[in-house]
Amino acid sequence: MTRLPITKTPKCFVGGAFIRSESGRVYEHKDSAGAFVCNIPLCTRKDLRNAVEAAAKAGPGWAKRSAYNRGQILYRIAEMLESRADELAAALSLTNPNSAAASREVRAAIDRTVHYAGWTDKYESLLGSVNPVSTPHFNFTVMEPMGVIGILAPEEAPLLSLLSMILPAITSGNTVIALASHSQPYPSILLGEILAVSDLPGGVVNLFTGTRTDILPTMATHAHLRAVYAAANKSERTEIQQGAAEHVKRTVFLPSEKTIDWFADDAQGLYQIRHFLEPKTTWHPVGI
Amino acid sequence: MARSNPIALRSLISEIGPVDQVGIEERVAKYTTRSIKKASKVQALKLAVSMVDLTTLEGKDTPGKVASLCLKALHPHDDPSIPSTAAVCVYPRLVKHAKKLLRGSSVKIASVATAFPSGQAPLATRLAEVRAAVSDGADEIDMVISRGAFLAGELALVQDEIAAVRDACGKTTLKVILETSELETYDNIRAASFLAMRVLRPGDFIKTSTGKTSSNATLGNNQVMLEAIRDFYLETGTEIAMKPAGGIRTAKQAIQFLIAVKETLGDAWLNNARYRFGASALLNDLVRQLAKEKTGAYQAPYTLSEASGSY
Repeated sequence: MTRLPITKTPKCFVGGAFIRSESGRVYEHKDSAGAFVCNIPLCTRKDLRNAVEAAAKAGPGWAKRSAYNRGQILYRIAEMLESRADELAAALSLTNPNSAAASREVRAAIDRTVHYAGWTDKYESLLGSVNPVSTPHFNFTVMEPMGVIGILAPEEAPLLSLLSMILPAITSGNTVIALASHSQPYPSILLGEILAVSDLPGGVVNLFTGTRTDILPTMATHAHLRAVYAAANKSERTEIQQGAAEHVKRTVFLPSEKTIDWFADDAQGLYQIRHFLEPKTTWHPVGI
Repeated sequence: MARSNPIALRSLISEIGPVDQVGIEERVAKYTTRSIKKASKVQALKLAVSMVDLTTLEGKDTPGKVASLCLKALHPHDDPSIPSTAAVCVYPRLVKHAKKLLRGSSVKIASVATAFPSGQAPLATRLAEVRAAVSDGADEIDMVISRGAFLAGELALVQDEIAAVRDACGKTTLKVILETSELETYDNIRAASFLAMRVLRPGDFIKTSTGKTSSNATLGNNQVMLEAIRDFYLETGTEIAMKPAGGIRTAKQAIQFLIAVKETLGDAWLNNARYRFGASALLNDLVRQLAKEKTGAYQAPYTLSEASGSY
């Protein structure tokens, strides 16, 4: 007897749950040979709004966890990625038939996760400071997470680039909402499934799929987002900056005119983490 | 299996007619599917603001906290097109502090009384509490019914107590809290509504909950009570008002409740003399959504009146 095929409905990972778009719309995802793969949710600004609410709810709990515990959880993500490495490589191969490149990207993504898992309890020692002041004060600066960060991932390297943008933000206790690659969305769907089983509290990472033109204006103007981290071209950057000005939102851009080497050592590290930190300086009286 | 009701309660239910539970739930599920577009939405949000009984009922309430609540009730936002709320709702001891700030304004002072939230105090004590709140300047009294007596079938006792509180109120508006979550069934909610309405004056309220139990105002409870008000009005011509309270935190929920009022009782009940929301957090979200409609950008809760330290 022939068995009926069981096809998966790709869903986005928002607030720790798997959602279809609020609008109910989808778009066709095709592989590099032009064959239909699946229908991907076409998320709208209302999905973005819901994702921000979920991220804001998860934020205080995530930021309050010890740095050590956040590191453990990030390492757990790497473990879960490792256990589904073949599936991720197959997902990348849908749109990029070079399977060696796909495997290399998955390995780099896992290594990057481990890299940031190591940073959670170290960035503070390097970025925080004790400041010399001439008054009788013990003056020190600590780094605090900003809050909810909006991410617009680039089209290329859909797994590695997405993770490389998400990880530095969540390392320090921010929560993120991220729009995945439009042309290669399937790895982000898998990533959501992996995050769901990796001890990461629901709502810390919210992933959705759709078109930039639907999402970008709302991401720029949404007052609850403290920063936008975007791989964007010139006109997109202008639009984001104009929207962000209203609520003095921080913008961090990866200009899409330049090719980014996502595998490079400088695509990761302390300075990526610093983008999404707010320094807090305390003046503590001494010797009085 | 829930215990069966005592005879007195059963005969009241058969007199006023039972509630079709499945029908009610199907009906209210439809309210959440209405699409309310821009202009209507702004109108509904402003109407909802004008219907809020801005509430603080905590053991840690102080005159200072009540003062800031009163100022918020008077001016929910910088935008002058956003109206004041209908009332503030506080404990009796704090009425006189609210009165200082609200005298001469459109914002009324509601006070819970009668040993809120349990109602488990001697009647004389409860009535004394009502008189104290009224003499301190409360414009509205929120009383709780004796749920234990109601469920035991002592309906005359419950009704007499409501009548006694009504008399103690004098000219002050009375709101009767049924505490729907403790009444267990829609039939009982309808019966308690009728029991209260029969001794209330036009313009007095029936109210869902204290907000102090696990489950609060729901669209289902609200619908049962709205239909009871409608049936009672058609029977007697007396217009009873309605106040859902507890658990209504978002503007979206508030609009769904307003749809229920519009579609069950009509426009005559769409004003703050006939319908109120008992809520503490709802006003923040209403103002936030109004700001969103005005600016086009989603607003962060901390830019309005929530703690600026929130994430």
